[in-house]
Amino acid sequence: MGPEDAPRPGIRAWLTDDVPQSRLQARCVQAYLAWRRLAQNWLAMVGLSIVLGLILMAIFAPLLATHPPYEQNLQDRLLPPFSAGHWLGTDEFGRDLWSRIVYGSRISLTIVALVAVTAPLFGLTIGTAAGFFGGIADNLLMRLTDIFLAFPRLILALALVAALGPGIENAILAIALTAWPPYARVARAETITLRNADYISAIRLQGAGPPRIILGHIVPLCLSSVIVRVTLDMAGIILTAAGLGFLGLGAQPPLPEWGLMISSGRKFLFDQWWVATVPGLAIFIVSLGFNLLGDGLRDVLDPRSAPR
Amino acid sequence: MKLAVEKLSVTFGQGRRRVEAVRCVSFGVEAKGSYGLVGESGSGKSTVLRAVCGLAPVSTGRIEIDGKPVEGRRSLAFARLVQMVFQDPYASLHPRHTVDRTLSEPLAIHGLNDRHRRVERALAGVGLDLSFRFRFPHQLSGGQRQRVAVARALILEPEILLLDEPTSALDASVQAEVLNLLVRLRRERNLTFVMVSHDLAVVNHMCERLLVMQQGQGVEELDRQALGDRRVKTGYTRSLLKASEGFLR
Amino acid sequence: MSGSLLEVEELQVRFRTPTRTVEAVRGVSFSLGRERLGIVGESGSGKTVTGRALLRLVRPPGQVTARRMRFDGQDLLSLCERGMRAIRGGRISMVMQDPKFSLNPVMRIGRQLTEAMRVHGGGSRTALRKRALAMLEAVRIRDPERVMRAYPHELSGGMGQRVMIAMMLLPEPDLLIADEPTSALDVTVQLEVLRILDGLVRSRGMGLIFVSHDLNLVATFCDRVLVMYAGRVVEEIEAKRLAEAKHPYTQGLIDCLPKIGAQRDSLPTLRRDARWREAGA
Repeated sequence: MGPEDAPRPGIRAWLTDDVPQSRLQARCVQAYLAWRRLAQNWLAMVGLSIVLGLILMAIFAPLLATHPPYEQNLQDRLLPPFSAGHWLGTDEFGRDLWSRIVYGSRISLTIVALVAVTAPLFGLTIGTAAGFFGGIADNLLMRLTDIFLAFPRLILALALVAALGPGIENAILAIALTAWPPYARVARAETITLRNADYISAIRLQGAGPPRIILGHIVPLCLSSVIVRVTLDMAGIILTAAGLGFLGLGAQPPLPEWGLMISSGRKFLFDQWWVATVPGLAIFIVSLGFNLLGDGLRDVLDPRSAPR
Repeated sequence: MKLAVEKLSVTFGQGRRRVEAVRCVSFGVEAKGSYGLVGESGSGKSTVLRAVCGLAPVSTGRIEIDGKPVEGRRSLAFARLVQMVFQDPYASLHPRHTVDRTLSEPLAIHGLNDRHRRVERALAGVGLDLSFRFRFPHQLSGGQRQRVAVARALILEPEILLLDEPTSALDASVQAEVLNLLVRLRRERNLTFVMVSHDLAVVNHMCERLLVMQQGQGVEELDRQALGDRRVKTGYTRSLLKASEGFLR
Repeated sequence: MSGSLLEVEELQVRFRTPTRTVEAVRGVSFSLGRERLGIVGESGSGKTVTGRALLRLVRPPGQVTARRMRFDGQDLLSLCERGMRAIRGGRISMVMQDPKFSLNPVMRIGRQLTEAMRVHGGGSRTALRKRALAMLEAVRIRDPERVMRAYPHELSGGMGQRVMIAMMLLPEPDLLIADEPTSALDVTVQLEVLRILDGLVRSRGMGLIFVSHDLNLVATFCDRVLVMYAGRVVEEIEAKRLAEAKHPYTQGLIDCLPKIGAQRDSLPTLRRDARWREAGA
């Protein structure tokens, strides 16, 4: 739903109503206003369309792909882009690069989605609990976070994968386990500033217990900064996944994972540059898309950025 | 005595950073009475209120309600006995919650039924019509927010209402409206008020008795008549009284 | 000198956003000599914006227009940005409500004070330092040496506000615009700060525009008062005679304040009249 394909006047009036009649409408009005602010930022819209394009590509992969992704054809190996039938060229086994990129988007998206759900959830829980309770709980939880933060991310992921064994599932697990500490930090810092706010005191006075205060009152306020961070981190997650794939510790051949594809193309980089460059470009575009979207979201959601 | 505070002391921090915010403060409020705490910033007046409802640690002294001591973590029953209205209406309502959610949450905590009607009644009680029900705080003016805060405090039908500078962030005309509302609600619901303010005139208007506080200690207790007649004993109260008259050359 | 220091005619400030236009100030005119002029009104009445517009400190999307805006013979409307900078903080200073946002948090007070002077002419380092110390003493700071070494966060609200005032007075302005300079302070400190300002108006013949919501304070402190409502001056009156104000808005504002000793069951509230928004009402 964009500003151009204008919703019917009835819906628009309902969405901009100053006097909502129900909780649902109140929430929809807020979401609509936020969307309108986001839509004014054209770079964010570019980012959003890239991300949406990626999602559509993953959903409709069988329709978009011109060849089966695993079909080898040794006669057509290492064809350059814009060859007949293979507009992005083929790799060393004669597999169509476009089709592999298309199917690879499913893998990237799965990794991103799983990490984006698990890591922030874990981080939020730890961070808000540490910030809210303070004292020993805070010390324990944050020192644990510090330990995780002390390792370079890729190295820790490598160590985890090495321990768990290579494979796409373990790669996801490893990335999620290394991605949560920054969220915990953000959530804790936010919680500490919120903890003594009058509205928290008020609900406490009304007899609410810690779970209700944390889940109903603190988490919704931390959520926006976490969402922004997650979106900005998506690019990093894709890169880490690609990195693991490149090192042979993530997805295993013949999966069309983008990092793995770069890794196998590396051998021909000087003579058949496209084999590594095409998946590299895919990673670049998708990362850029998430970053642009994240920047735009920050302007809309982050309470600290000045209202325009 | 509905609420009695005896030799209350509150200290924050330890060692060198120890701050005695309240030192040996005593006062009592009768049922349906209205009591004021007056002082400048740092006098500990707000801390007394926060100590009463368990938001600040009591180091020594006693707090009694209906003759029964109150201590430790406050129970749900306490929440239905004592409620508080905070100073800054811009900071006391959750920015992401609608008025409806703010008002119905205490009902949910206490398992009260008939929430829909209670919320409507609470809004009507503070003079807000139903169109405000699903608005967010940022869609309300300061006075409207403070009305919502009062409605939230009263929705559990408490007997004691603690008011922490409820009008100091509001314009004079809005202050008058909110004060009138509070006076009316107190009469209608037989509430006991404890009100904190830096403004002698507001306390004089609202409270029968008051305690002047300075640097954590009670300086002088007065009743409304004595303040109105300017029969004050201490120099500090006199200087406050003089300052409230504006700039004198 | 009796001639007017500042003349303003038909000042208008508009904030234009894609969705709507807000007229914050709608045709305000006044002149100011070397006196204390109070501007009172409730929030949203345009009093703060008026003060800022005089220094052309209204940020976009705000637009300032006026038929006339002259300060000591200089046209403030046509002055270039550079000329304006020389006037701002040099000949006209402004004190804001909250010192926390006006002082640089990572610079010592002493440096901020001397820096301000160096921008507008200056002198040797020790001379500047001496002047800064003297000014801090003038605003009744007990231990100026210590304050010079302190960072803003180490000062209490009252001290911070006094430092702000000292900083604004160092270039010896001819006009000081004070926007709620004391409303964050305790009453007793508030009066002390006002006494300092009062002394400066008397001894140096400085003009003062005192923006405030506190009628009581303005009535006792200023010489003349402009009462603003919805971006317009609804009444101009001698401060001493504020109690005899004619306009129902001014009367309403005075009446709705609780008074010590007056036993009233309920306070009169303000009934706003749509006609007050229009000129000539």
